[in-house]
Amino acid sequence: MPSIKDAAAVVGVATTGFSTDSGRTEYSLAAECIKAALDDAGLRPEDVDGIVKDVVDGIDAMYIQKAVGIDNLTYASDSRYGTLPLLNAVTAVAAGIANTVVYYRSANNASGKRAGSDFRAAKETKDESLDMIRYDFHAPFGLLTPDGAIGMAVRRYLHEFEVSAEQVGWVPVVCSEHAAKNPQAIFHDAPITLADYIDSDVVVDPLRVLDCAPDVDGAIAIVVTRAERAVDLSQPPAFVMANAQGTSTEGEQLSSYSRPQMSGLPEMGLLGDELYRVAGIGPNDISVAQLDDRFAPLVPMQLEALGFCERGEGAAFCEGGDALRVGGRLALNTNGGFLGEGFSYGTNIIEAVRQIRGTSSNQVSDAEVVLVASGAGGPADGCILRR
Amino acid sequence: MTATGDAEQPIPHPALWGVLYRNSTPFWEAVKRHELELQRCAQCGHWLVPPRPMCPKCRSADSEWVPVSGHGTIYSWVTYHESPHPAFEVPYSVVLVELDEGVRLVSNPVDIASDELEIGMPVDVVFEDIDDDLTLFKFTRAA
Ligand SMILES: [Zn+2]
Repeated sequence: MPSIKDAAAVVGVATTGFSTDSGRTEYSLAAECIKAALDDAGLRPEDVDGIVKDVVDGIDAMYIQKAVGIDNLTYASDSRYGTLPLLNAVTAVAAGIANTVVYYRSANNASGKRAGSDFRAAKETKDESLDMIRYDFHAPFGLLTPDGAIGMAVRRYLHEFEVSAEQVGWVPVVCSEHAAKNPQAIFHDAPITLADYIDSDVVVDPLRVLDCAPDVDGAIAIVVTRAERAVDLSQPPAFVMANAQGTSTEGEQLSSYSRPQMSGLPEMGLLGDELYRVAGIGPNDISVAQLDDRFAPLVPMQLEALGFCERGEGAAFCEGGDALRVGGRLALNTNGGFLGEGFSYGTNIIEAVRQIRGTSSNQVSDAEVVLVASGAGGPADGCILRR
Repeated sequence: MTATGDAEQPIPHPALWGVLYRNSTPFWEAVKRHELELQRCAQCGHWLVPPRPMCPKCRSADSEWVPVSGHGTIYSWVTYHESPHPAFEVPYSVVLVELDEGVRLVSNPVDIASDELEIGMPVDVVFEDIDDDLTLFKFTRAA
């Protein structure tokens, strides 16, 4: 069976940094960021022959080509979520369709209108897609937001495994500790305490404000090229050992209410199995991970689904925070995660690359492999990078 | 307690915008008559919730709309403390009710305060006429 294992590497990364008001267009953020990622790799725009754009966030690739001076493409696609666009890039490179692919996303999600937030969009699209479930069966009852939608599953998890806020709260506490050392993470100058977490406002019960990653303005760009080319460039390559997606029975985006059990993440379990199969390693070989902390209680659920602990033991794994700190069993979100740097997919991959290069603000010594997973509560996606 | 806030702000619902998810039109027509009907596969009897054009168990495209009990228990819930839309005044709760038939529906509780909600609480369906275009189904404590 053919494999993508080690066929491609991430050779350049950049972010614009994140803020609550960029004061700039998404076009300008994207162009600057793509140029910076190519500079990081030691490549020129003329070297790029493939582009993957986040389907939700960012302007069309043709505009990017005009600004950055990328004339000729043999591969261009739209994708979405954290590591799925990476998978587009990796498969294009592995299959020989393109040599060097840039993945970018750019969004003013804090100062502008969050993409997909307008329910009246349904009127225009008149679509018959699964999203109509939300317009038709959720919106009339005021279930209008991602935190509300996922809150239903979070409550089931807390209930079925008798998990307390005092356990879950260690996820935002540790992420804030990591963020406080990362100059790019704007949301925590100083670490928060468990008491800060417990005292923080409840936005949508059972979720507190400190459970939820803030929307931000900014862009990311990631450059992928063939493995044999990667070794001659400016940075140590981060080879892609595995990259996959997982979906499961009766899945929906944050509202998989029709599946038998709502207290787990079966798509994340499938994703983990596939990543480990392709990479040929297991959870015991991994000591640093970027997991999806858009909503903090999903972290213990991911730890279970990805095999770092048994089912129902994720909260105990997080309790006290030591297992999640640098040097612990699994250093978590060493950039501060979406909770610390803001909710922008792609930063999870970029921080994993920093760990592989040895340049993280919270460096795990001898980080040879890093697991990245996102899409918790919906279609799951992830990758394993290695030195 | 009702989730209805500012009467000037219509509750967001596709029927008000002149579109309705066509797979669910029979559902909302039944609710308008104060009846709760769900889609079920006519071949194998699998409940199709949310509605869909084919049965995922036996792949039959043949389905029927069947009256259900309207009785169930609270499977989960959330309580909004920040309003996401002017039609909804906080605090309000959204419940996920598991009907006796084993399927789950999103709704609002009626006459149950948020601090009284409990997983497993028995509830019965009630209907609320919002205006000429929209009737909603909600759930109250079981008699
Ligand atoms: Zn069937």
